Order: sequence, then C-alpha cells, then structure tokens
Amino acid sequence: MTSDRLHKYGPAIVLFVGALAVWEGAVRVFDIQGFILPAPSAIAATFASQWSELWPAGLGTFLSALGGLALGSVVAFLASLSAARWTAVRDGAMPLAIAANSTPIIVLAPIANAWFGLLNPFGTIAVVAVLVFFPIMINLVRGLTSAPATQVELMRSYATPSRTVLAKLQMPSALPYLFSAMKVAVALSVIGAIVKEYFGGPQDRLGQYITLKAGLFQFEEAWAAIVLASAFGILLYTVVVALERRVMPWHVSVRSAS
Amino acid sequence: MNTLELTGITMVFNQGGANEVTALDGIDLSVAPGEFISLIGPSGCGKSTLLRLVGDLLSPTSGTAQVNSKTPHQARLDRDYGMVFQSATLLEWRRIAENVELPLEVMGVAKAQREATAREMLELVQLEKFSDHYPWQLSGGMQQRVAIARALSFKPSILLMDEPFGALDEMTRERMQMELLRIWEETNTTIVFVTHSIPEAVFLSTRVVVMSPRPGQISDVIDIDLPQPRVFETREDTRFFELLTKVRESLRKVEGEEPGA
Ligand SMILES: Nc1ncnc2c1ncn2[C@@H]1O[C@H](COP(=O)(O)OP(=O)(O)OP(=O)(O)O)[C@@H](O)[C@H]1O
Ligand SMILES: [Mg+2]
Repeated sequence: MTSDRLHKYGPAIVLFVGALAVWEGAVRVFDIQGFILPAPSAIAATFASQWSELWPAGLGTFLSALGGLALGSVVAFLASLSAARWTAVRDGAMPLAIAANSTPIIVLAPIANAWFGLLNPFGTIAVVAVLVFFPIMINLVRGLTSAPATQVELMRSYATPSRTVLAKLQMPSALPYLFSAMKVAVALSVIGAIVKEYFGGPQDRLGQYITLKAGLFQFEEAWAAIVLASAFGILLYTVVVALERRVMPWHVSVRSAS
Repeated sequence: MNTLELTGITMVFNQGGANEVTALDGIDLSVAPGEFISLIGPSGCGKSTLLRLVGDLLSPTSGTAQVNSKTPHQARLDRDYGMVFQSATLLEWRRIAENVELPLEVMGVAKAQREATAREMLELVQLEKFSDHYPWQLSGGMQQRVAIARALSFKPSILLMDEPFGALDEMTRERMQMELLRIWEETNTTIVFVTHSIPEAVFLSTRVVVMSPRPGQISDVIDIDLPQPRVFETREDTRFFELLTKVRESLRKVEGEEPGA
C-alpha cells in the first residue's frame, strides 16, 4: 500500500522538490533581486515571521470563499433541479448560462463594491457565489439529464413517480458531473475571493494584504500570502476528491484511481 | 379474457417527416393468459417496437391494445409488466442486490422483504455470491441474469423480454431457458419474448409469431405443440425438428435470408 502510494505520488514529489531547488539555485546563481523573484527559502522565512498577520487574513479570505461556494452551490442546485424538471426552463436558461460561463465574471469585482460597500465582506461572498454558480449549474443540469433512455424507460415501466426517478436515477447519474464541477468551483472560489479583494474589501484579508505589500515592494510578504492562498485551494480540492471517493466508489474515475 | 389483445396496431415514426418509417402495420394478435409467445423476424421488422407498444413505452399511431382488459397505460400503472431489455441496464451505483431491489423499492416494499426477495431471485439466476458486487465487476452475461432477476422480483403478470439471452454463451443460455420455463410454469406469467434464434423460439414457446419487415407485419403464427413441460430431451424430439423447419421456412419466405446472422 505505501509502496503503491510512493509509486503514484513519487514523480510529483520529485518534480516539486526539483523545481524548488532549481528556483532557489537560480535566484542565488544569477543573484536575482527579491522584488523580481524571492528565493523559496526567503519566502518560507517570511511565511513564518508574518504568520500572526497572515493567518487571520488568510482565514477571513478562506471563509469568504467558502461562504460564496456554499451560497453559489445551493442556488445552482435549486436552479438545476427546475431546469432538469421543466424543458422550457432548460431551453431558456441553458444557453444563457453557457454564455455567462464563458464571460470573465470576475470583472464584476469593482461593481460589487458599489453594490455592497467597500468593507462589507458579503461583497466577496457574492462575487464568489456568482462565479461558481454557472459551472456548477451547467454541469448539474447535464448530469441530471444524462441517464440513458433505456434506464429512463426501465423506471417508467415500474410507473415510478417523477420524484423517485429524480432521487434514484437522475441524482446518482449527476454525481460524476457534480464532482467535476466542484473541482473547478473550489479553485475558482479562492481565486475569485482574492481578486475581488484586490479591488477593495476589509483590510485584514489576503487580497488587500497582497496589494499592500506589493505596493511597498515587500515581495517576500506578497509571495508568502500567495503560498497560503494556494494551500487553501489545495485543501479544498483534496476535500472534494476525498468526498468523491467516499460517495461514488463505483465510478470509473474512482475505481481506476484506487 | 385475453391477457393481450392487439387490433389493427400501426406505428409510424416521424410521421409526415422526411425520415418517416412505418415500423408496424395492421398488427392483430391475441394472447391467452399463461401463454409463452415468441416474436421472431429479420432485424428492423418491428419486434422491439411491438414490445414497447405493449409495455406503454410508446403509443401506437392507430389501433388499440388491451392488456388484462385495460389500456397498456393502466396496466403499467398497475405494475403488470416486467421488462428485460437487450442490454442489462443496471444502475452502476447500486450493488447487484440493490439493483434487484430497485422495483421493490419503487413500489414501497419493506426493507426486510426486499432483501429476502433479492436473495431468492439471485439464487434463481445463480448469482447469490455476487450480491455485494458492483455491475462493472460482472460479465455481460451475468449482468443480463441480474436484469432477469430484477424483472421477476415483483412477480409481474406479464414479462416482456427483448432478446434477453442474446449475450449469453450457449451453455448458460440453455440453463437460463430451463430456468425461465420453470419460473413461467410456477408463476403463471404470460411471456412475450423476442429472439433471433429459431431453436430458442421453438423450445420455449407455445406459439411463435413470425414477422416480416417494411412495413412490420405478422406473416405467420405457428403453434408449438410440443408436450409440456419442456425438458432437455425435447430438443431431440423429431417433432422439435419438424417445427424448427417450419419456422425456418416461414422466415425464409419473409426475407429470403437467414435471420440473426
Ligand atoms: N424511436 C424511433 N424513431 C424512429 N424510428 C424508429 C424508432 N424506433 C424504431 N424505429 C424504426 O422502426 C423499425 C423497427 O425497429 P425495431 O427496433 O422495432 O426493430 P427490431 O425488429 O426490434 O430489430 P432488431 O431485431 O434489430 O432488434 C426500424 O426501421 C427502426 O429504424
Ligand atoms: Mg429489437
């Protein structure tokens, strides 16, 4: 089991450590200035020394991202249920949702400040919610309508009430779609929260911290904040993958990965 | 009272469109309770369409169908049908026993009863050892047996089976045929069975309905007067061979080629 894991993750670990070493070496050999690219060791040192300021900022941003993710997912779930239920809703909403999904929604960030006020953390939550809504909703609608015709006919032959078809056929068929959407959405949520905060928001947040430190040419601090943001993103992604394995051990993606 | 009463059934797909297909034309058929009817005919002659019309998965363009003296729709609401399709159509997120329990769950049967029935049905198709497996861990033939167990689980009065044994190897197929006959005798189920195999149709049925294509029509109905119950030796009976020949000749008239190639 452990050797299996080593086998699987080994290359990634080697690549990661190698890249860090090359980075560190390059900064030293070419004497690269800290404001262009600080060495990993310098970032790590700053990370430790700035922890007391970084952690509350990171936590605030992380909670906003989580809040937006929760809000956006719930609304997307409800919207997709009605779109899966009524063809008219689907035909009306899906093209719009797909169009909206391919626009850079993050450009809303400065406008959210106007709507909710510069310091209101709900502005960030709202931007994240809108950002994650579209990919989740689109994938869920596809998933809920993805069951093959023969399975639908099978349920029909038992005179299954439509609610039961939803619970026993459509929802399980939508799970793989939901999980691939959530993998995209968790990354979007952290990016969205920080970029929104670049444009304003409470002072003690990662986005504001990064713009402030970058403005003061304190790039080690900015990089340390970026590392923390990445850690949050990876954490969320890991949670989604772990859930995926628990919830759908039967699915191809999971059974070939374990 | 006949279990099945089809009068002048016509089915036209994409009516008025460029790709209009008359899948069935003027189908008349009566099936008495407890009969075992096989539909045989060249590919595309409308066998599956006819089965789906009886099962209320399609509505005929014209003509009437009566099932247990009800409309097919009412019969479906009354859960009179067990269906087995060409492919197993198992739900991949359900373990084998849970797949067998699916109709019982939909019909609100209590958990203990469901589990007992699923166990019994899986024993019947000799898959009790696989009840905790997922469908992907079973071969195609095993999956099809699960689908049969599922269709039988709620003891429907009519079984509609569309080439259910097509994916099985010869030995399993013969065993499943015996099992199906045993279940049929025990349960008084009326069976409508689509197949491409002449020996299968003759061995199983009380009557074989031969269909012709373009448009789909019934060209011949052959009584299979082999003694009941059918046993392994039935296949060696001279009457069995005579009937094989009779069905084969009837099919040859229809298409001029061997079916199921
Ligand atoms: N939903 C549909 N829409 C349009 N045409 C259809 C549809 N279903 C069946 N057909 C057509 O109706 C005809 C009969 O099809 P059907 O599937 O009933 O044949 P079959 O006898 O079951 O053939 P096979 O032995 O290959 O299974 C075919 O010409 C087919 O193309
Ligand atoms: Mg067919």
